[in-house]
Amino acid sequence: MSDNSSIRTPSQRIAWTATIVVSTLVFIFLIAPILAIMPLSFSSSSYLTYPLPGLSLRWYDDFVNSPRWMNSLKNSMIIGVASTLLSMVLGTLAALGLAQWKSRFKPLVLAFVLSPVVVPGVITAVGLYFFFAPIGLTGSYLGLILAHTALATPFVVITVGATLQSFDTNLARAAASLGASPLQAFRRVILPLILPGLASGALFAFATSFDEVVIVLFMAGPEQRTLPREMFSGIRENISPTITAAAVILTTVSVVLLATLEALRRRNERLKGSGS
Amino acid sequence: MTNALLTGANASTDVPLKRRLRRAERTRQVKALALVLPLLLFLLFTFAGPIAGMLWRSVEDWEVRQVLPQTVAALANWDGKDLPDENAYAALASDIMAARAAGTIAIAAKRLNYALNGFRTILTSTGRNLKAVPEPGTAKETLGKINPAWRERATWTTIKDASGPITGFYLLAALDLTRNADGAIVAAPPDQAIYRDIFLRTFLISLGVTALCLILGFPVAYLLATLPPGRSNLLMIFVLLPFWTSLLVRTCAWIVLLQSKGVVNDSLLWLGIIDAPLRLIYNRFGVCVAMTHVLLPFMILPLYSSMKAISPAYMRAAASLGAPPLTAFLRIYLPQTLPGIGAGSLLVFILALGYYITPALVGGAADQMISYFIALYTTETANWGLASALGAVLLLATVLLALVYGKLVQGQQVTGGMKN
Repeated sequence: MSDNSSIRTPSQRIAWTATIVVSTLVFIFLIAPILAIMPLSFSSSSYLTYPLPGLSLRWYDDFVNSPRWMNSLKNSMIIGVASTLLSMVLGTLAALGLAQWKSRFKPLVLAFVLSPVVVPGVITAVGLYFFFAPIGLTGSYLGLILAHTALATPFVVITVGATLQSFDTNLARAAASLGASPLQAFRRVILPLILPGLASGALFAFATSFDEVVIVLFMAGPEQRTLPREMFSGIRENISPTITAAAVILTTVSVVLLATLEALRRRNERLKGSGS
Repeated sequence: MTNALLTGANASTDVPLKRRLRRAERTRQVKALALVLPLLLFLLFTFAGPIAGMLWRSVEDWEVRQVLPQTVAALANWDGKDLPDENAYAALASDIMAARAAGTIAIAAKRLNYALNGFRTILTSTGRNLKAVPEPGTAKETLGKINPAWRERATWTTIKDASGPITGFYLLAALDLTRNADGAIVAAPPDQAIYRDIFLRTFLISLGVTALCLILGFPVAYLLATLPPGRSNLLMIFVLLPFWTSLLVRTCAWIVLLQSKGVVNDSLLWLGIIDAPLRLIYNRFGVCVAMTHVLLPFMILPLYSSMKAISPAYMRAAASLGAPPLTAFLRIYLPQTLPGIGAGSLLVFILALGYYITPALVGGAADQMISYFIALYTTETANWGLASALGAVLLLATVLLALVYGKLVQGQQVTGGMKN
């Protein structure tokens, strides 16, 4: 399988060694900053330097006992969960429709549906700021949920759409020929099969909202500040170790999301391998 | 209906069946469209509408029209060659009196001041010193006495240019251009001509970050595509973990690492490599390092998927035909990775163009990209026309590049460059 077997000449060996060395350095570059910030959150000192003078949980204590940080965590959860649910409904319906729709306008519609991912955050944020302010949607949870849903739905359309591509439509036809109503066929046949795709879509949607900060910067009032927004202010003012504690909490959420996604992918591959 | 069916059954059975099938297909298509419709309407309200609104603001010109309506009407037929007639002066005096009563002079003054520096003073001082509507026939003289600027043609052409309802003023300003008193497009005065430099800076930072991502990402993608799946999946975590980590966490991490008492400087000092802390952050270096870190996975993933699709048989064939390894790599392998290189580079470049958070947090004043100024003019100085015009230029660049990207990945999977 591996290309290693084709390495024969010394020059190839040198090239391969160089690839490994450079890649290792890049891996360190990618991962080291995230690993370096973590131990600092357990430091007993308020200086963000190594070596740590001692270990303590005071910064986590600080985080948990600060109404500001806890409120921002709560806001991130509310907005994240609500926009995930909304984008799941809109995105799944659209993916189902797009899978069946045949038209020369389809690429155009698809491009429009996916465009919120490509358009720079500041442009969307400025547009929403002008558009939502006169109708009272700035400084409100609803406005942020709607905005985050617009950003998150493309990921749902992509992941669910990819799942539907590998879905055998004959199964739906079989269900219909056996007398299932369209709703029954969806609930009992289609849904169980595309569920892993839906779950990945939901994870992407949640991660998108949970990480978003530009729109929150423009639209959130003091009441709706999310965790990334609070970190933005914190980094701007001065970096206290409490921010590193917040960073560890955020990273833990990311790792859990990534691990769940990987587990879903593996399960999907296993099913494909053993199934039809 | 029954008749038709009967004759159909007798004559040619396939026609009604065809028709029925076509009708069923049409119903299916309508239903499919009905499923997409909620999302389209939603995006119209939360995405397309707001962006269209922003684009409209980049050409809309309402302030002078609303505050000085009679003046705008009186200047409608003015040819702009000489000073306007007494009517225009009388209209202006009456408008100013009304605007002072309504407290709206500042709105028009702000708009006119963008076009002609010092106009704010002209208008507010006139508003303050105009005691009453001048006697008929004396408006020109009265206004000229209050402020001699009213005896200059440029003052009046500025008002006429700003009388809307649409204007190219902000879009021209975003490109360091302006109209002179004769209406010709000329270079903007040097103190206002800063945006080309900012666009150039944005372009250069994005280009540099894209190049760095390509140089660093290529060997990694090659390694991941060449290793056996077990090991490459394990190493993929090193790419995916940063990808999934919050942008704020990564930016914060770089500040902690690179600041003057940060981990990197401390280590270098301890090792004796340097005597005094290096300035690694709040400058261009910090911006490039942090942005490369954030965007590198967007380069590695499309490169990886394009390399994964290259069969090792090609390289073996090249070797068996006598090509030296370097020649085989340059002539057989590299050309096949070009779509991946193109997709990855374009994606990184597009994303980099719109960057705001990272430069705002780790850059100095001279490293802020175009997004920073759009945000600044929106929330701080409330020059919404200029913010929208700069946004329109950035949006145009992004859309054009995205179209090229779309052409490039056509045929490749839609998800190629997206997350995962």
